[in-house]
Amino acid sequence: MSEQRRYKWVGTRQNRPDGADKVTGRARFGADFNLPGELVGKVLRSPHAHAVIKSIDVSKAAALPGVKAVVTGADFPEQPDQLLPAGEMQVNLRDVTRNVMAKEKALYEGHAIAAVAATTAAVAQEALSLIKVDYEVLPHVIDVQEAMKDGAPILHPHMRTDGVKPAPEKASNIAKRLEFNKGDAAAGFGKADIVIEREFTTQPVHQGYIEPHAALASAAEDGQVQLWTTTQGHFQVRGFCCRLLNLETSQLRVTPSEIGGGFGGKTVVYLEPVAIRLSQKAGKPVKMVMSREEVFRASGPTSGGWVKVKMGAKKDGTIVAADITVALQAGAFAGSPVGPSCMCSMACYDVENIHVVGYDVVSNRPKVAAYRAPGAPISAWAVESVVDMVAQELNIDPIDLRLKNAAKQGTKTHYGPTFGVIGMVETLEAAKASPHYKSKVKPGYARGVAAGFWFNVGADSSAAAHVGEDGSVTIISGNPDIGGSRASLALMAAEELGIDYKKVRPIVADTASIGFNFVTGGSRVTFATGLAVVNATRDMIGQLKQRAAKLWEVDVDAVVWEDGEARPSSTNVGKFEPLSLAKLAASASRTGGPINGHAQLNAQGAGPGFGVHIVDLKVDPDTGICTIDRYTAVQDVGTAIHPSYVEGQLQGGAAQGIGWALNEEYIYDAKGRLLNPGFLDYRMPVASDLPMIETVLVEVPNPAHPYGVRGVGEVPIIPPMAAIGSAIARATGVRMVDLPISPPRLSAALDAATPRMAAE
Amino acid sequence: MMEAQYRAPGSVDEAVALMAGAGGKGRVLAGGTDLLVQMRAGMVAPGLIVDVKRIAEMTAISQIAGAWRVGAAVTGAEIHDHAGLKKAWPGVVEAINLIGSKQVQGRASAGGNLCNASPAADSVPALVAAGAIATVQGPNGRREVPVEQIPAGPGKTSLKPGEIVVSFTLPARPAGSGDAYLRLIPRTEMDIAVVGCGVNLTMKDGTCTAARVALGAVAPTVLLVEGAAKALVGSKLDDKAIEAAAAACRAACKPIDDKRGTIVYRTKIAGVLLKRAVAIAAERARSN
Ligand SMILES: Cc1cc2nc3c(=O)[nH]c(=O)nc-3n(C[C@H](O)[C@H](O)[C@H](O)COP(=O)(O)OP(=O)(O)OC[C@H]3O[C@@H](n4cnc5c(N)ncnc54)[C@H](O)[C@@H]3O)c2cc1C
Repeated sequence: MSEQRRYKWVGTRQNRPDGADKVTGRARFGADFNLPGELVGKVLRSPHAHAVIKSIDVSKAAALPGVKAVVTGADFPEQPDQLLPAGEMQVNLRDVTRNVMAKEKALYEGHAIAAVAATTAAVAQEALSLIKVDYEVLPHVIDVQEAMKDGAPILHPHMRTDGVKPAPEKASNIAKRLEFNKGDAAAGFGKADIVIEREFTTQPVHQGYIEPHAALASAAEDGQVQLWTTTQGHFQVRGFCCRLLNLETSQLRVTPSEIGGGFGGKTVVYLEPVAIRLSQKAGKPVKMVMSREEVFRASGPTSGGWVKVKMGAKKDGTIVAADITVALQAGAFAGSPVGPSCMCSMACYDVENIHVVGYDVVSNRPKVAAYRAPGAPISAWAVESVVDMVAQELNIDPIDLRLKNAAKQGTKTHYGPTFGVIGMVETLEAAKASPHYKSKVKPGYARGVAAGFWFNVGADSSAAAHVGEDGSVTIISGNPDIGGSRASLALMAAEELGIDYKKVRPIVADTASIGFNFVTGGSRVTFATGLAVVNATRDMIGQLKQRAAKLWEVDVDAVVWEDGEARPSSTNVGKFEPLSLAKLAASASRTGGPINGHAQLNAQGAGPGFGVHIVDLKVDPDTGICTIDRYTAVQDVGTAIHPSYVEGQLQGGAAQGIGWALNEEYIYDAKGRLLNPGFLDYRMPVASDLPMIETVLVEVPNPAHPYGVRGVGEVPIIPPMAAIGSAIARATGVRMVDLPISPPRLSAALDAATPRMAAE
Repeated sequence: MMEAQYRAPGSVDEAVALMAGAGGKGRVLAGGTDLLVQMRAGMVAPGLIVDVKRIAEMTAISQIAGAWRVGAAVTGAEIHDHAGLKKAWPGVVEAINLIGSKQVQGRASAGGNLCNASPAADSVPALVAAGAIATVQGPNGRREVPVEQIPAGPGKTSLKPGEIVVSFTLPARPAGSGDAYLRLIPRTEMDIAVVGCGVNLTMKDGTCTAARVALGAVAPTVLLVEGAAKALVGSKLDDKAIEAAAAACRAACKPIDDKRGTIVYRTKIAGVLLKRAVAIAAERARSN
């Protein structure tokens, strides 16, 4: 790419403002907050996958010396059947309160049943063992296809499948059916020379953030509450806690900690309302920290799914029709990301006839939470695998086949909108031109390719810009910084102001110190909050120009802001020495007081993102172990404000996708109890499993953002599974349809394909 | 909750006396990479912790008449850096060095690996293949026990109350000997063996004159697979002999289906690893 520089700061690789604190251990994460006199809170969790809670006797626990409060579901008021946005997903308040603390039923192993606050962890632990719960164990169902069958154990007797006409009378685990139509799929297949049809499955996978959930709550006698927590959205936490506990938002101040990863999983509440309720009852601060085991048993993951794809193409590679069914497991409560899964399924392609049906299905597992591009990786695993099969069958290069069918500006999607400026074609071309794709595949290895699409999100953001007395600048926003967003916000502010990046300090303010901000999710922060920061900075620059005009006694139109100082717009204005930020700050009291800029907005025009991944791998035919030799992620990123952190997003998404493809899965016993609630047996990749992940940043600027920003954080988790599956298919001749492609599973599939070996 | 007492005696006699005095509530601490993890998880709650890392005999490596004596508490890192031991028993050394990561290697010992009694312990099949003898001391004095007799089932050993493994003796070996250990894990690091296989061979003029084969993670305890050894001894390690040894390994497996592997997979892999480990051990034997 030509290195002609459009900007002074945007696009440069500066140190992140939170970097030094993080590498020295000074940064405070969720569990690092403490208050005088705090108690330890712990949760009693259901040992059963599905059971009626007949009674809970907490009297012995409450009487144990050192125990200061006990809560159960009865301590949380009933909630209306009402949907609220949570990150990129919707949640029902009636369900949220039950997920935080079970009421009539335990719906998964690990479901919170009661909680205690005590003077020490040991006392709290002992108190849990003294709580007597009388359960009536019910038959349970774990698998999504099983849960859809007639006669499956029903989780919610009131649940009727939404979106079916006439409305069903019988209770079902299928919460919702959705359907999308473009053209006429049935007729489309008639024009096809080849039709491929396959069924695929994926397992639920956990976001796997290093930092477990943690919260410290302090409820005062006057009703004021303070909360410190690790979250992707402290305004969302405030909203949920206030609804669940009947507080006014002004009564609850939430301060976010630094966050050790979230990936979508920290957009909901688990411990926070419990810690507040315990603190209210105990009259003391209460701190709660999940163990890793609790994280696995009771938080996240994303859905597992079953996807059926039928695709028809002409001999020249034109895809003429696709018919797709997606069933996603939502966990114990309705609300899987089946909507986005259906919408993203064919969004990479400009195809005339598309029919997609989706089902949202409950089963006895933890309620799913958002995970990077929720739902999209599941349908992409199936669709992209079938696209690769079409390429194989027609003997067309997989990138060329995608180029032939690529979505472009003006393509009408099957879910409604027509694309504006997008970069699918540019991304495919960059992939084709990449050093990786141009290289020869090494002997014994095979290459796979897959693509992915994500909408990206805008939504509500607020920001402020303050000039200090010495002319340095603080940028205040309200989004927890997961991926380096403070650095990107500061770069855009420095660019606008024309001052050194190091003179701009970005901070993340608590809920009482800045206006509302929607969660850090949907790849929205650099886009939407970035827009708010740019606007707040421009507001501040407007004021700086006014102050200069006042000092010079000229019209404000006669002042320009350039290179960090106010200058006369032309020699006609008069001869004035430029006024730097420092000079204007020093005279602020005389010119109208402190100089602060503000902005608040609902960001429109989030730019969709497309990615193409390339992988070279080999398969050990005796063991079924895959070794990844080379991996490249290519993506249209709009404009890379901070290229290192954009590359980091691409690499991180690819790493998580590789784990999803090869090893990660939840293993349950016959009673529906999770057998691998830890990183030893829930196998995310370790560093030595991965090659350096190469990246190619394609920049097709988003016209709706002053610097052309598109979200970048979610697209990169979408293509890896199908890229890997396709490479394996090309290496072995066996097309895997079930994830993860773990060594035992691949070994069994290879043996089944070569009966000679299996007969040994 | 009871707090654990901590002692760090300077001799085996003292350690044995402390253990005897603890009335069944004592636990030996070597590297602690199993014990401390289990304590934190609430799986064990010892009343007395007897740290054996200050005992010279348990932390030294020495050679006596061609045999190697390795203290039970010697760390993986020290073994890694011991050129003499590495040359004589590369398979045993690589098995111990597979345990955990760099950080874990700085603490973990072969004694702890054996006494923790995991069926998947990496160093144990290599020690068994090597014919290692454990020196054990308890209230009734010292005894010598073949390593394969110590594990008694997952988390259980045949050690009597208060007994401590002091050291391992790796026998002197003839020229033309070589050993190897291989394990299969789904990832490349930080994982537990789905199957482990130790092979120890002596070759003379292209013929295998002695062999020991041991498997880990395919039964409740490590298996010494005599059928596999028989198939190899007397052969030129031709394909037929190796296939017979692999078949003996598969036949010996009594694995379970669990989160780490299936019965079918573990059984198949036992044969695969045997073939690969024999190839490495034979290559080493030829160059010795
Ligand atoms: C991150 C991590 C990764 C790991 N990876 C592996 C791996 O890849 N392969 C593997 O096999 N293991 C692995 N382990 C397990 C562990 O590190 C090994 O089993 C190690 O060898 C234990 O040695 P230690 O000296 O730390 O034992 P300790 O924890 O000190 O002791 C283990 C047990 O043995 C007893 N004990 C110790 N020494 C003696 C003795 N001399 N006499 C009698 N009893 C004794 C103790 O009381 C305790 O019950 C891993 C552990 C961790 C934490």
